[in-house]
Amino acid sequence: MYVAVKGGARAIANAHALLADKRRGDRSVAEIDTQQIDEQLSLAVDRVMSESSLYDREIAALAIKQARGDLIEAIFLARAYRTTLPRFGFAEPLDTGAMALRRRVSATFKDLPGGQVLGPTFDYTHRLIDFGLAQTSDPPSPAAAPSAADAAAPRVVDIIAGDDLIERSPPANDGAPVADVTRDPETFPASRDARLQTLARGDEGFLLGLGYSTQRGYGRNHPFVGEIRFGEVEVEMVVPELGFAVPLGAIAVTECQMVNQFKGGDGEPARFTRGYGLVFGQSERKAMSMALVDRALRAEELAEEKIGPAQDEEFVLSHCDNVQATGFVEHLKLPHYVDFQAELALLRALRREASAPPPDAEAAE
Amino acid sequence: MNADPRPYNFAYLDEQTKRMIRRAILKAIAIPGYQVPFASREMPMPYGWGTGGVQVTAAIIGPEDVLKVIDQGSDDTTNAVSIRAFFAKTANVETTTDTAKATIVQTRHRVPETPLTNGQILVYQVPIPEPLRFLEPRETETRTMHALAEYGVMHVKLYEDIARHGHIATTYAYPTRVSGRYVMDPSPIPKFDNPKLDDCPALQLFGAGREKRIYAVPPHTRVVSLDFEDHPFERTKFEAACEFCGATDSFLDEVVIDDKGGRMFVCSDTDYCDKRRAAKKDAAE
Repeated sequence: MYVAVKGGARAIANAHALLADKRRGDRSVAEIDTQQIDEQLSLAVDRVMSESSLYDREIAALAIKQARGDLIEAIFLARAYRTTLPRFGFAEPLDTGAMALRRRVSATFKDLPGGQVLGPTFDYTHRLIDFGLAQTSDPPSPAAAPSAADAAAPRVVDIIAGDDLIERSPPANDGAPVADVTRDPETFPASRDARLQTLARGDEGFLLGLGYSTQRGYGRNHPFVGEIRFGEVEVEMVVPELGFAVPLGAIAVTECQMVNQFKGGDGEPARFTRGYGLVFGQSERKAMSMALVDRALRAEELAEEKIGPAQDEEFVLSHCDNVQATGFVEHLKLPHYVDFQAELALLRALRREASAPPPDAEAAE
Repeated sequence: MNADPRPYNFAYLDEQTKRMIRRAILKAIAIPGYQVPFASREMPMPYGWGTGGVQVTAAIIGPEDVLKVIDQGSDDTTNAVSIRAFFAKTANVETTTDTAKATIVQTRHRVPETPLTNGQILVYQVPIPEPLRFLEPRETETRTMHALAEYGVMHVKLYEDIARHGHIATTYAYPTRVSGRYVMDPSPIPKFDNPKLDDCPALQLFGAGREKRIYAVPPHTRVVSLDFEDHPFERTKFEAACEFCGATDSFLDEVVIDDKGGRMFVCSDTDYCDKRRAAKKDAAE
């Protein structure tokens, strides 16, 4: 009897047991610890936190271990955990200008208040395999800044805005409800908060490709990195019973402000425009891609010609989520034999009719 | 997974979420065939595996319900087993493979052969709820088309099929018109099953998790498969009978039995097939 797809409960249980065994791997090799993942694969943890929209290093590290290092699978695990968590309310907007900086670079000014802070970066490293790392390593302590990095480092776009050379951020409306793309179905055109949320949890690779495409002419918007900053910011929340904001703790974020080609006319003086990216942890690639795509998606608002996929809001926002994408692509592995059978029957009927009147071909089937 | 210290709510979803889904379901029932957006949650199984159907089932299931889950007509395919186990674990409800005994049947790609009855609910897992999606990829456009009941493109597509192939070349997810108003995707069931949707005594609910849509066909609602006067809708007919139970009125899976072109046909609906075989055995004894 044919049983290949009718696996049943026992086959599933056996497959899961085999997966657990493969996850552990060779028992003579030490088992990886979630703290090691958190400390030594911290950028993977950052990505999982970002794209699962859950700032929890322990959960992210555990998810990476459970997923055997498959980051999209880990993101999925963290999201399925997140969805069960109660929601207390919305935090106050982050003040990234008051960030405790660990890295801050601007490509638009050689020097600026607060300075350029290189911080921990792969930039300027030679990508030579470091064979020394194959053994245990004990690098020397890094040099510390002579003075605490608490010197005021205003955001570059705020400096430019002082001269009225860049568009203003839309004024905050404290009374307006905040979008939550994890609790409301998307609508188009999307509000800016919904768009930025969707991009922030969107797939790094997908957004990188789209951002790249804008640089190659598919919706060019002449970007400059006004600033990238990475560090800790305080999260505050207004507790209704207290009537004022209380700090909940600090989170590490990377913020990218792109400064883009200007816009003016209709009596308005020409000004630079903005694209914005913000992600959990340290991921400049993702923050920059997000900022490029955010700016590209403003094509309609800025009355630009829409010629590239990155400028197409429905296309970008409907397809940037890797958990949705991987689910739907991979569901093709599920049995489809009923639909396939229906197609087979039609195809055979079409071919039968197309060929000359069959003498008695039916019997062969 | 065994040492999970966190208690989950009955049927996994929290009550606020269930309420939100139930509101969407009620609206869907009030406007048959209309796709109601809902705040789909991330579920612990992947998108494409039936997260929409699972959320609908989770929102309507009660401790007294008896649940049947099928995929491709079978209770024993891996995904059906997995979803049934999910509700057995999170809702501790009775499960069954018997279509007649179930109060809720969650399905992927089939409608059971045994006619459904008053009081039963059939929950469909839906991948792409929008019947116009492959003709118009934009949601903004298709919503307008539905609002204006502007379904010309669908008829043009069906007409082009006839012009090219002599047949309407859609064999599953065959478009229907519900209650004379909305064109509705019946989910990727074979068109063989389409007539079962019409005037069905059971409530039919459709859940699309990734696409965040719920729609419904209330009991005893007209569901017409789109066609033309000179090319009426035709149900797929099989020239074979089920190898196991001899049924000629059920949807058959083709099973490859060797590498020399050998085939046999068996009922896709395993419960229907088992019942018929049991009845034959009884009659013989």
